[in-house]
Amino acid sequence: MTELRSELIAKRYRAERRFRFYGATALAVTAAFLAVLLVSIVWQGLPAFLEKKIQLEVTVDPAAVDAANPVAGDYDKLLREGLRTLFPEASSRVLRKALNGLISTGGSDDLRSRVVADPSLIGKTLTVPALLSDDADLYLKGQQTGVTRAPGASAIQIAPLEGEEGFLITGDTPEKSPEALPGQLVQAGAVNLRITAAKPGYVTAEALTPMEPAMQQLAAGQWQLVTLSVPEQDRRISDVQALWLEKLKAEGRVETGFNWRFFTAGDSREAELAGVRGALVGSLLTVAVALAFALPLGVAAAIYLEQFAPKNRFTDLIEVNINNLAAVPSIIFGLLGLAVFLNFFGLPRSAPLVGGLVLALLVLPTIIIASRAALKAVPQSITEAALGVGASKQQAVFQHVLPLALPGIMTGTILGLARAFGETAPLLMIGMVAFIADIPSGFTSAATALPVQVFLWSDLPEAAFKSKTAAAIIVLLVVLFALNAAAIYLRKRFERRW
Amino acid sequence: MFLWTLLLVVLLAAGAYMAGRQRAIALQGAAGVRLHSLPSYHGYLLAAAALIGGLALAIATALAFGVHSPLTAVAAVIGAAIAAVPLYGKDTPDFRARNLFERVVLVVLVLCSGVAVLTTIGIVFSVVWETLIFFRSVSPFEFLLNTKWAPTGTPPSFGFLPLLAGTFLVTFIAIVVAGPLGLLSAIYMAEYATPRLRSVLKPVLEILAGIPTVVLGFFAALVVAPLIRNAGISVGLEVASESALAAGLVMGMMIVPLISSLSDDIINAVPQSLRDGSYALGATKSETIKRVVIPAALPGIVSAFMLAISRAVGETMIVVMAAGLAANLTANPLAAVTTITVQIATLLVGDQEFDSPKTLSAFALGFVLFFFTLFLNYIALRIVQKYREQYD
Amino acid sequence: MNAPVPHQTLVTPEKPKALASGQFKVTARDVDVYYGDKQAIKSLSIDIPDRSVSAFIGPSGCGKSTFLRCINRMNDTIPACRVTGDITVDGNDIYDPNIDVVQLRAKVGMVFQKPNPFPKPIYENVAYGPRIHGLARDKTELDQIVEKSLRKAGLWEEVKDRLQNPGTGLSGGQQQRLCIARAIAVNPEVILMDEPCSALDPIATARIEELIDELRQNYCIVIVTHSMQQAARVSQLTAFFHLGTLVEYGDTDEMFTAPQEKRTQDYITGRFG
Repeated sequence: MTELRSELIAKRYRAERRFRFYGATALAVTAAFLAVLLVSIVWQGLPAFLEKKIQLEVTVDPAAVDAANPVAGDYDKLLREGLRTLFPEASSRVLRKALNGLISTGGSDDLRSRVVADPSLIGKTLTVPALLSDDADLYLKGQQTGVTRAPGASAIQIAPLEGEEGFLITGDTPEKSPEALPGQLVQAGAVNLRITAAKPGYVTAEALTPMEPAMQQLAAGQWQLVTLSVPEQDRRISDVQALWLEKLKAEGRVETGFNWRFFTAGDSREAELAGVRGALVGSLLTVAVALAFALPLGVAAAIYLEQFAPKNRFTDLIEVNINNLAAVPSIIFGLLGLAVFLNFFGLPRSAPLVGGLVLALLVLPTIIIASRAALKAVPQSITEAALGVGASKQQAVFQHVLPLALPGIMTGTILGLARAFGETAPLLMIGMVAFIADIPSGFTSAATALPVQVFLWSDLPEAAFKSKTAAAIIVLLVVLFALNAAAIYLRKRFERRW
Repeated sequence: MFLWTLLLVVLLAAGAYMAGRQRAIALQGAAGVRLHSLPSYHGYLLAAAALIGGLALAIATALAFGVHSPLTAVAAVIGAAIAAVPLYGKDTPDFRARNLFERVVLVVLVLCSGVAVLTTIGIVFSVVWETLIFFRSVSPFEFLLNTKWAPTGTPPSFGFLPLLAGTFLVTFIAIVVAGPLGLLSAIYMAEYATPRLRSVLKPVLEILAGIPTVVLGFFAALVVAPLIRNAGISVGLEVASESALAAGLVMGMMIVPLISSLSDDIINAVPQSLRDGSYALGATKSETIKRVVIPAALPGIVSAFMLAISRAVGETMIVVMAAGLAANLTANPLAAVTTITVQIATLLVGDQEFDSPKTLSAFALGFVLFFFTLFLNYIALRIVQKYREQYD
Repeated sequence: MNAPVPHQTLVTPEKPKALASGQFKVTARDVDVYYGDKQAIKSLSIDIPDRSVSAFIGPSGCGKSTFLRCINRMNDTIPACRVTGDITVDGNDIYDPNIDVVQLRAKVGMVFQKPNPFPKPIYENVAYGPRIHGLARDKTELDQIVEKSLRKAGLWEEVKDRLQNPGTGLSGGQQQRLCIARAIAVNPEVILMDEPCSALDPIATARIEELIDELRQNYCIVIVTHSMQQAARVSQLTAFFHLGTLVEYGDTDEMFTAPQEKRTQDYITGRFG
């Protein structure tokens, strides 16, 4: 026996372990990427499934709402007035605008439906929820800035500075300075101050809202010290808006609910009003068209190629064709749709019909290949048995082979549909990328699709839309996982070993 | 309106089925003989005739008088009658309704298979046609050789070299990421992983493969790009907010499942006898893989890489969302680049007139993209086919 | 290549005793079968009488199965296969372009080497043929056909209580009898059996052989078998195939005791095979 050098063997085993480690690492990196991807999207998207509202006492002013036609009333204005009664200090135009910016411009549905249902409410005062604007919503979800809010530790005195703008805050004894740093906010009732500088023995502050009266004395615990971690210029909610929201929160007016609107509303320019219903319906219509065309065509083609086709140049050509089509970039199918369906046949732009046709052609090769595999898996003896008792070839295929291949065909079709459901690029080409607020009503009405909605929202600058995008992605992924689970179930349930 | 006509045709076909079947049953009773074909086949044949005749005439009418014309319904009835009534008259017991019907079915099946060919013809026709129109206003030499891409500039400039460079840069990064990851994953899955581990790992790769590219694009733009930018800044590098690196990295991760599943199949197809031969000489597993399995599987792996390149070149959403629009002729992975697919998408999104060089240039880019990927796919599929034959 | 087939013992009515009743059911004249370029059957002629069992024997690849599949044109399913010459059933040329292959196969049933029941209930397996050929006017008639066929195949007593169970759940021997019942159900006149017992155990084989003997009363049965003992047990006539030619065809008893051809003798005595 040849003597093997032991150090060489050790080296070879080290190489073995190293190689194995590389393989494991590659898989670990891939799995980690997937995990980070999913976690970051869920993390981003989950808050968008919740929405914040505030309870307001609103007087339904007969001047704003006509009893004869309550639907047409200006309910947004009523909400704004209801909010202003809570914050009388918002006296200037600028402050009123900041205050109005807290609530959504389209959030008065609750109020409207209640008044329409019961017109006797006109002239009365009721408590209704008002939807917050996207920025206020994000602030309260803690996505704009970190907030700490502490009751004032000691009594303070506020007095106007002499000879200049601003106020002077001192402790209850002249030597003791309040523990506040520049940038921190002081709130008490209608008083809203921002600390500008800390001096020995006192701090200076500026008034965010008019001080009435100009001199005030506040006991410990009567005032609040609010600290926002992100500087004002880096967030979309101002200091005074933050103070108002803090006060609303402290008064228990803020309520959190599930964001049903996300599933019932179409697209909107206002992030807090935007929903995926329109895109979801558009996607369903599009995929339905794709299914209606691709499934019969694909199965028929597969049956022909697998069961009837003679071996000749023509069928070879079809074979090569299908295999190559399966790998053509999806955007090329968009070009085809644009040039042929829109320009040549003059079909409507942005329509689910055209989108569905393009996606049908896109998934056709997938369905054909899967169906052929399923048909091929049915053993020849079944066909022979049918032929043996005098069935025609077509009877053998349609009555025996096809039913047995059906689970496999359905599995392949569902996976094809999942692909169609997530496809974006070809739909951009045929104009399914416009801003469409309405829920599409038919196969030829303008529509967009869920992945395209993701693309559209991801491009918008508002921070709230980032969260909405991630939420829309979650919806998309849930649909895709459901489709894949259905395919796996079918495969497991009907799998037959011959 | 046309939907109602279609419904009418279906109803006519159903009626024809009933009529044909009833007639056959009556004939059977009267003649007291067995028919050549089952009564239901007489029905199917008449239904098929009514369907084809009705549809043909209705569509012809729709093309002549418009889709919404009520004439289509009249045409449907006439067409169905013309096709079905003569067949109804064929009432002899040996009438071969089944054979005739099966011939109709076969023709339908052949036509369905033809759709795939028709799609290819449609693609070639649309990209070639519009490209030829484009080259009427812009010379092919400018398109191929100019180094400036500015379709909306004044004067516009249509040199596609920067796009090609950008496409290759992103694709190169993607393959550098995906190649080793995908191949090593496949080797580990095929040769090392226990069945239990494989049953966990395979779904992970399948899930990754099933994630829509628009989601990956969002992730690239929102998470990966800022990460790279911050990392670059912290070591003093200038990184564009939309960099080729971010797009390439995420695209690489997108391709990992493709390479790994293709390579997995190919590695599994290498006969066990080859491995046994190597083990019998005292080779370790990794030596067997590196010296025997991979060389034997090499053609297949090469074709897997070619398919992966074709996929990366044709990928749109990730680059649209993460690579940017700046047509820079650069090899710097930290700079913003643009790709062929990005330009096609941006040039054709939104309303536009169809005769401007700007829109037509998108089709010229589509032409390049289609034939380049077709070439790669064709070669790759040929290699795979040859390879399969070798071990079958 | 075109030289006349040497010395075939064509069966004539006056020769073997099994043929006293006359009339041939299946005849073949100068049949050649090609698979692509390869010739599988060379100029074969044979006359097969009705109401008897003919066994085809011979070494593997001798063409016996190929010829069997020509009789009901099952070879049509193989694209590269080409058949020339005349084969008639009841005097009708079955390769006539006007012949409906479906009706031919209804008349010439087939049982395959491996039992191949449809993955459907037992009842549906048997009822399928009568359904597609419209043999039953209503459900009761169909039930009768199913019962009759299963009885003839000797399976009724075993399955009558579980007609809705899948046919694939039966034992191998039962499955093969189910396939025979399925073939009988369409009222064929000829039943072709391609090594029907090769996948079965000896007990199941004995059961099928008994069945074949019973069926002889009503059908023309042609059976391909590898086992000479089986041929001797079940058949009245035996045909010996070798390298694509029919060497000898005649009375089984005579064939096994006093074959006319040297090659037959060599095969029967085990010199090759």
